[in-house]
Amino acid sequence: MNSARSLQLKAALLSVLILLLVLGIWYIATASSGAAGAAAGLTAEQIEYAKMMGKEVGAAKSSGFPTLGQMGSTVWGHLANPFYDNGPNDKGIAIQLAHSLGRVGLGFGLACLVAIPLGFIIGMSPLLRRAFDPFIQVLKPISPLAWMPLALYTIKDSSVSGIFVIFICSVWPMLVNTAFGVAAVKRDWLNVASTLEVNPLRKAFLVILPAAAPTILTGMRISMGIAWLVIVAAEMLVGGTGIGYFVWNEWNNLSLTNVIFAILVIGVVGMLLDLAFGQLQKAVTYVE
Amino acid sequence: MWSEVPSRVATPVAIAPTSPQRKVSPVDGFLRIEQLSKAYQFDKPVFADVSFTLERGEFVCIIGHSGCGKTTILNVLAGLDTASSGHVFMDGREVAGPSLERGVVFQGHALMPWLTVRQNIAFAVKSRWPEWPAAQINVQVEKFVAMVGLSHAIDKKPSQLSGGMKQRVGIARAFSIQPKMLLLDEPFGALDALTRGTIQDELMTIVRQTQQTVFMITHDVDEAILLADRILLMSNGSETATGYVPGGIAEVVVNPLPRERTRAGLHHLDGYYELRNHIVDFLVTRAVAH
Repeated sequence: MNSARSLQLKAALLSVLILLLVLGIWYIATASSGAAGAAAGLTAEQIEYAKMMGKEVGAAKSSGFPTLGQMGSTVWGHLANPFYDNGPNDKGIAIQLAHSLGRVGLGFGLACLVAIPLGFIIGMSPLLRRAFDPFIQVLKPISPLAWMPLALYTIKDSSVSGIFVIFICSVWPMLVNTAFGVAAVKRDWLNVASTLEVNPLRKAFLVILPAAAPTILTGMRISMGIAWLVIVAAEMLVGGTGIGYFVWNEWNNLSLTNVIFAILVIGVVGMLLDLAFGQLQKAVTYVE
Repeated sequence: MWSEVPSRVATPVAIAPTSPQRKVSPVDGFLRIEQLSKAYQFDKPVFADVSFTLERGEFVCIIGHSGCGKTTILNVLAGLDTASSGHVFMDGREVAGPSLERGVVFQGHALMPWLTVRQNIAFAVKSRWPEWPAAQINVQVEKFVAMVGLSHAIDKKPSQLSGGMKQRVGIARAFSIQPKMLLLDEPFGALDALTRGTIQDELMTIVRQTQQTVFMITHDVDEAILLADRILLMSNGSETATGYVPGGIAEVVVNPLPRERTRAGLHHLDGYYELRNHIVDFLVTRAVAH
């Protein structure tokens, strides 16, 4: 107990050190490039002129990488006012995140509604398992973004297409895991249910579902991870709103501080989603 | 010397299912097994022509080597498996599929690990009497948990219990639905000798109190002698000079020891060693192990 706690403490300390190291490298790297720009001794007009002429692009780029101070003020600006809405291309980070999470939630929810019942049926019937297997094997490895043109053509709505892409990428891990979990329920438990003359519905919900729940939750966790990866790419394609569009928009504005901030937000939200599913998984896991 | 039936003679398989060697009279017998056989390969049934009866309140053990088909017979009685031919009747009705009338104690306890002891047994009780209110179910559950002496652990999960305690819960679950008979598939096989002894005593007490009819598989000769009124000795199928002979009930041994025997005093009883030697001799020389 004590040694575990001290290990935890050491690990936390090391984490902080690594963070400080990264920030330190960042600070030194951007400071020196800024100094180099200043040493060139150019006036603001000259730099502007050089940029307009497309000259010294390399120097402009290296000095364009934000310093820690710039980064900090951007982060503070976003966090201080996350809900503002100044028209289609200028919305607060919370609004963009809400759009992304809404799409992921809808696509993922629909995928749950399809994958879990279907996985249940496939898992219970060896015949259906074999019949569905070739389709699952072919469809599973397709990159979800490959569906995008087809979705845009048939659905004719970019926002719904985004949701469809999330749906299609979340459905496979859940389907495969549910089918596997249901098929792997211990024979003994099913025999107990049989000898107690438990009706099929009660058996499905009170025996098979809890027995397969850890495996199903693992599938859902994997699906959620993939969905959060895919939403950024999908929103870059379909545009309009969302954290993915925000990244693309800020890249077009050449605002690297905003891009970096968005990247950090994507990482943190992804981690929180995974943590939430980890907790759910813990809740349904049983020790034999 | 204790046998009801003479030892089986090697009969070729072709005539085995039709030969009426020993017809059980259809009037008596609470549980009647008639001419049961199971074949995974058409010409080599694991066992064939298995017929025996159980009287109400009787405790019958079946003993034999692995692979002779004991578990298959028990599963057929439970309704979890089907025989290739033959019939099983309980209380005058043919057994077709699993039923709440026959409680089963599984070899690997088969408790649901996500439920507590209370919930595991309540699941069975609720299945038996769906119309019962929660309070009545709880009373029944607590009564049967107390019967196996586990009241202190009633709200624990199976993973928090020892092997012996889990098997006790399995027994309590089987008894809690008050079935007409109990089927026990080697329930103490995975337990250490000391725990096994204690639970054997408990099981015997409960069975005597409830007048339960029990059919039990065991590998343990002493367990069979302690618990059973009759012991069925089962032989494995084997290749002989005259052809393949399927497995079956080779002999039925009636236990001559007084019914009030205890585990501690068992080996002091007259006739114990003769009985034990007889069964061990059967297993060593006649049962044909693989």
